[in-house]
Amino acid sequence: MAPLAALSPLLTLMGGCNLVVLQPAGFIAEQQRNLVLASTGLMLLIIVPVIACTLFFAWHFRATNEKAVYDPDWHHSTQLEVLIWTAPLLIIIALGALTWIGTHTLDPFRPLTRLDAKRELPANVEPLQVEAIAMDWKWLFLYPQYGIATVNELAVPVDRPVTFKITATDVMNTFYVPTLAGMIYAMPGMETKLHAVVNRSVEAEGRSAHYSGGGFSNMFFKFRGVADKDFDAWVAKAKADGADLNQDAYLKLSEPTESEPARFYKSYAEGLYGKIIGLCTRPGQMCVSEMMAIDARGGQSGPEGEENYKRLQYDNHFARSGDEAPGATGPASGTGAHSQTQPQGMRPRPDMGNPDSRERKPDTTPPGPGSQPDVGGGKPGGNEVAPKQISQ
Amino acid sequence: MFDNVNLQQLIFGRFTIDQIPYHEPILIGTFAGVAVVGLAVLATITYFRFWGPLWRDWVTSIDHKKIGIMYCIFAMVMLLRGFADALMMRAQQSVAFGDEQGFLPPHHYDQIFTAHGMIMIFFVAMPFVTGLMNFAVPLQIGARDVAFPFLNNFSFWMTVSGGMLVMASLFVGEFSRATWLAYPPLSGAAMSPGVGVDYYIWALQIAGVGTTLSGINLIATIVKMRAPGLTMMKLPIFVWSSLCTNILIVAAFPILTAVLVLLSLDRYLGMHFFTNDLGGNSMLYFNLIWIWGHPEVYILILPAFGVFSEITSTFCGKRLFGYTSMVYALVVITILAYLVWLHHFFTMGSGADVNSFFGITTMIISIPTGAKIFNWMFTMYRGRIRFEVPMMWVVAFIVTFVIGGMTGVLLAVPPADFVLHNSLFLIAHFHNVIIGGVLFGMFAGVTFWFPKAFGFKLDEFWGKMALYLWVSGFYLAFMPLYVLGLMGVTRRMQHFDDPSLQPWFIAAAMGALLIAGGIGCQIIMFVVSIRRREALRDHTGDPWGGRTLEWSTSSPPPDYNFAFTPMVHDSDAWWDMKARGFSPPRSGYRPIHMPKNTATGAILAGLSFACGFAMVWYVWWLAALSFVAIIGVSIFHTFNYDREYYIPAETVAREEAKRMRELELA
Repeated sequence: MAPLAALSPLLTLMGGCNLVVLQPAGFIAEQQRNLVLASTGLMLLIIVPVIACTLFFAWHFRATNEKAVYDPDWHHSTQLEVLIWTAPLLIIIALGALTWIGTHTLDPFRPLTRLDAKRELPANVEPLQVEAIAMDWKWLFLYPQYGIATVNELAVPVDRPVTFKITATDVMNTFYVPTLAGMIYAMPGMETKLHAVVNRSVEAEGRSAHYSGGGFSNMFFKFRGVADKDFDAWVAKAKADGADLNQDAYLKLSEPTESEPARFYKSYAEGLYGKIIGLCTRPGQMCVSEMMAIDARGGQSGPEGEENYKRLQYDNHFARSGDEAPGATGPASGTGAHSQTQPQGMRPRPDMGNPDSRERKPDTTPPGPGSQPDVGGGKPGGNEVAPKQISQ
Repeated sequence: MFDNVNLQQLIFGRFTIDQIPYHEPILIGTFAGVAVVGLAVLATITYFRFWGPLWRDWVTSIDHKKIGIMYCIFAMVMLLRGFADALMMRAQQSVAFGDEQGFLPPHHYDQIFTAHGMIMIFFVAMPFVTGLMNFAVPLQIGARDVAFPFLNNFSFWMTVSGGMLVMASLFVGEFSRATWLAYPPLSGAAMSPGVGVDYYIWALQIAGVGTTLSGINLIATIVKMRAPGLTMMKLPIFVWSSLCTNILIVAAFPILTAVLVLLSLDRYLGMHFFTNDLGGNSMLYFNLIWIWGHPEVYILILPAFGVFSEITSTFCGKRLFGYTSMVYALVVITILAYLVWLHHFFTMGSGADVNSFFGITTMIISIPTGAKIFNWMFTMYRGRIRFEVPMMWVVAFIVTFVIGGMTGVLLAVPPADFVLHNSLFLIAHFHNVIIGGVLFGMFAGVTFWFPKAFGFKLDEFWGKMALYLWVSGFYLAFMPLYVLGLMGVTRRMQHFDDPSLQPWFIAAAMGALLIAGGIGCQIIMFVVSIRRREALRDHTGDPWGGRTLEWSTSSPPPDYNFAFTPMVHDSDAWWDMKARGFSPPRSGYRPIHMPKNTATGAILAGLSFACGFAMVWYVWWLAALSFVAIIGVSIFHTFNYDREYYIPAETVAREEAKRMRELELA
């Protein structure tokens, strides 16, 4: 990595600030960093001469310099033409090769094969599973192997591969922990994946990097890379102190809030993640997978079809619950444009009243036929079938 | 059925008096400022009895030169609006740390960044580009006007109409908060129920009509109206770049129109193209909008490349190096522009094969772009470079643009993009190419062609001051953003928790202030130049030692551009004519066939504004009425057979005699 060496003085110079992208704690982010530096180095091979020549030519051939050669009709040179097309081409061939290899080896969907540059992945190690859910405006993490859930705090053991399954509840977000690995979108009704590992103890920030509405700026979580025994203690603490994330607790949590403190749950409703991906956490709603199964059989018309249609309206849950949508102002919500009224779920500003004054009305939607009374109820496909799933 | 008809809703739709943001001090201040300036302008026009000439010579004009000038003025006015947004964002981000929330709540801040992006692209960069093409292309190909002069006037007023709709959102209701590309599901009816996204949609739809039509117009002009002897491989590079740009416009803008129609169907008729429920999928929107969006980037930059080519060869007093490879580079970029859109969302989780395909095609674009940079460099080589303001912009451009190009290629490496996407690094990158490429190009072009348009040069001192402030301001404003991006700081943040970031944001805000100084200098430059116009007067029509046909006629050119259609023998036609000792014929003038002015374009655009405004506010009767009126006026216009006239030979002779006197004066 010759370019890396060339850049190291620059890195030292900027060591004063926390360039987390250049000094990550995870192997994936580290390889991404290397790729950033290698590509930059490769391109500097051509950028530096271009800038230097431009400035030199501009200075040397200035009109006042009578000594410089002036050849008003010189406009073609086959040798130079060959050079100016092939020099960038060669750089791009090298960079293209780097890209092809890098994109495949660092594909977020690809399970890890190494722990870091020196160590292969041990054969017996079982990756930690984390299901990351972007909500308005906080992150919910489910640990299916441990049965616990957390809000806005993500802890993973050092040197143990982690498999993230990522989705969102209603708008798009990006799951981004700069010190761990690159970002990937969290999208409602869909699942993305990220495989990563953290190589040293670290406390850092993770956040959504894709604008998702009014509370977006405060949608971050604490990321902790901890030693194995600390991780066990962390899990034990969640088990001991946490509440239960049952149906009601989940629905309450899914309301728009921001700057949520870290929160722990000792257990969560069975099949919760599948229901979130299926967009059917509310009683009476039909999961996407169920709809797809009906469609696969040729669809359904008549009164039953109409009933199904009602059960498939996910996005309007804001309207039905009496809460304001994140984007709501204007006529739909009854508040004026640029109004000083505090929208639901926003951090209270000092000059404003109590945001909780707008109480959420209890959900009165009658459960449709065939609906399950609780989150844990079965549905076709269950947890394994993630509808509209992106995968390799 | 008529039980719950609400008269107010029937008449005003969803508009209520609460929708006027009279409780928002920033907007009240803005409104007061706009009102004062507006009244001052109206009073001045009245005082100088300018209403008649304004209507006859400008609003209804189908003269491509005047339309081009109006496009540029519109772009400069909108630049002030877009830049005011930028200043507010920089100010907010330089103070909102920790407990300090800044002066803009998210509700307002989010509108500002949405408006900033949308205005800068659609109502600053686009009109600038279209304006310069409109002005220069017919002159450079020796034509008397564009192929469809009425359509040209109509296109311009539609663009203005769209811009006015965005401006209206400041004072009536609110603007979109769903970012400049309005990604669903956030921009859908459920998440953004207000009028903001509707303003966004209708402003773009109306302006999009103008853009698409002007694209068709300029393609037809370039293909059909070249002077005799001006074969394709003799076209000035600016004309070539305009041709490529307009081909991109005509092929790309319908996609934008279509995707916005789908979004409006979602919002207005409860359809489910991009919603979460009932089988909608927002990934479709991402793909469609970027299949338009990436070519859009090249729509903006190619004309700037053209401007730089013209300026470099003019001020180096030398033929453009590698003309043929320049043309091929343009064409290759045009084609490749359609094969790279997915690089805007590598992080959506397409597979590694797809990502690397789009990453590598993106890198390939840098080869022809690099070739162009080398060509400009070797045009300077063995030249005799006169460092007047346009040429200084060229040097600033080359140095700045290669840095932006480098970070762009870096972002095209998917794994690198995973750590830099949506970060301030990305923001720094695209401002680096759009300011350093497009805007510098437009400023260079305006300075370059200003004497052609008005007959006098722009003041050099203030031009240079503007350049120094813009260039240094750009570096100070955006280099810190590169660093912040490497610190993992992401975009569109209204507030930060980490106070250690603050110095970088303060530096960036200082940069924005320098740019504000640059804009101030540009305003002073126009004022000073107009006041000193006699001292800056150019009698020759060729103040820079030009090489292409526009410099062969007088400044400003007569309505008919050329008394005799020039014969072209060389790619640098005017240079060649001068070298052969060309002297313009002094007799034998003939009447010249020209198109007549018409008010239809302005009327149609006004009706479109009403229609768009009515659609935003659900005022269905007005929407229907204005739509019917649009159709009616269009049909009526087709029966207008009085659309052309002849400039008598005597008038031509008189104009040309005046030109001869000017030439002798020079």
